[in-house]
Amino acid sequence: MDRPGFFDLMSFGPDGWAPALLQATLMTLAVAGTGYLIGGTLGALLAWAKLRGGPVLRGIAGTYTTVLRGIPDLLVIYLFYFGGSMMLTKLMRGFGYEGFVDLPGFAAGAMAIGVVSAAQHAEVFRGAYRAVNPGEIEAASAIGMSRSTLFRRIVLPLTARHALPGMGNVWQITLKESALVSVTGVVELLRQAQIGAGSTRQPFYFFFAAAVLFLVVTWGSGLILGRAERHFNRGLQR
Amino acid sequence: MDFPFLWQTVQTLSAGIPLTLLLATLSVSIGVVIAITIAATRLWGPRALQQAAKFYVFVFRGTPLLVQMFLIYYGLGQFEAVRSSFLWPVLREPFWCAILALSLNTGAYGSEIVRGGLQSVGHGQREAAMACGMSPWLAFRRIVLPQAVRQALPAYGNELILLCKATSLASMITLMEITGLAAKLISDTYRVIEVFAAAGAIYLAINFVLTRLVAFADHRLTAHLRPVATGKPAPDTRLTGAKP
Repeated sequence: MDRPGFFDLMSFGPDGWAPALLQATLMTLAVAGTGYLIGGTLGALLAWAKLRGGPVLRGIAGTYTTVLRGIPDLLVIYLFYFGGSMMLTKLMRGFGYEGFVDLPGFAAGAMAIGVVSAAQHAEVFRGAYRAVNPGEIEAASAIGMSRSTLFRRIVLPLTARHALPGMGNVWQITLKESALVSVTGVVELLRQAQIGAGSTRQPFYFFFAAAVLFLVVTWGSGLILGRAERHFNRGLQR
Repeated sequence: MDFPFLWQTVQTLSAGIPLTLLLATLSVSIGVVIAITIAATRLWGPRALQQAAKFYVFVFRGTPLLVQMFLIYYGLGQFEAVRSSFLWPVLREPFWCAILALSLNTGAYGSEIVRGGLQSVGHGQREAAMACGMSPWLAFRRIVLPQAVRQALPAYGNELILLCKATSLASMITLMEITGLAAKLISDTYRVIEVFAAAGAIYLAINFVLTRLVAFADHRLTAHLRPVATGKPAPDTRLTGAKP
């Protein structure tokens, strides 16, 4: 029997996998985006703890970043996926529910990715804050700005400008890391490619298509990030 | 927490340390050669090769390592031409597929670091070496490369740690290194926290040693930048005000 070629498989026709793969690309973006937002929030808190916290908070934040940067992300995903379901089951038993409660793969994956990227975010934010010229902050307080105005009008925009390249890097890393979430059964790009490879026995075509789609996404986000950087640096002299 | 079980887990997982270390060292060794070749090509190679090198780096940095690994391990076997070629005994082994994917990946990331290091070496260094009569290759090997290595080492140390963590993906193509053993143990015992803690501790220990090794190498390579220790106490300049 003649097996379908690459373009037959990747078409929008009745036997084509293009719609499924494109939908999976959206899922990849959703997982990575959710994880990135969780990581950004947690990372901001960590950076704050490192910059402004007392010795205890600083110690906790320092340990967090050291540990998360030394442990493979796959292990963290296993921890959240298997550990999360177990915790939920125990928790529900406390409410009198007997039986196994499954933590959805999406939630486990996004949280795991978020926890990993939080460590990277924290370093980016801390470095960016350090790069703000102290004179700017002194000038703002000398002019009589309140602490909240100073933070909102001076510190935040300047930190954002310095943080943007680093945040772009973290986004690219998160995007590629989201492929690991396929182990939780979430049908993102790599998982969809595995499904297609299994049912057509043409693994190369499917993993190749996944690679191309990943490349398109990372390349596209690179373009957008470059544009954003130019936008936020438009006030700088060249 | 159940400490006897934790200790037992550490011992079980330790069986995977040699494979993790083997994967890491072998792919670093190949990856460094790729990185230097690609970086040199991008800087001094002919135009067509420059474009090819750029494309290689773009593809391998723009796609997830796991996709690359699956493409090599599961994907290549799809073609009859590959299955009947002399490379098949190598390409059907998950170990060599993992090595291939890891080396190509770290080679692409490493080439950017090496390129930065090579670019940081002043033009005059190379010119002076050529003026002394060195051939381009000798000038590269004796003058440019050592200075570039010194410059690139801290960033390359980071890449080594990332690669060490990346070896865990080899467990996805059936290799039983530390993470593979941990995943098996989790599904056998359902004791996620303990297994995670044990595996995490092993990885942290490996990466700690790695960080110290890189710091030691950095210390050795930058000896000329440190003030020379004379063995005499520093002169007392409190009254004279002279700068020491």
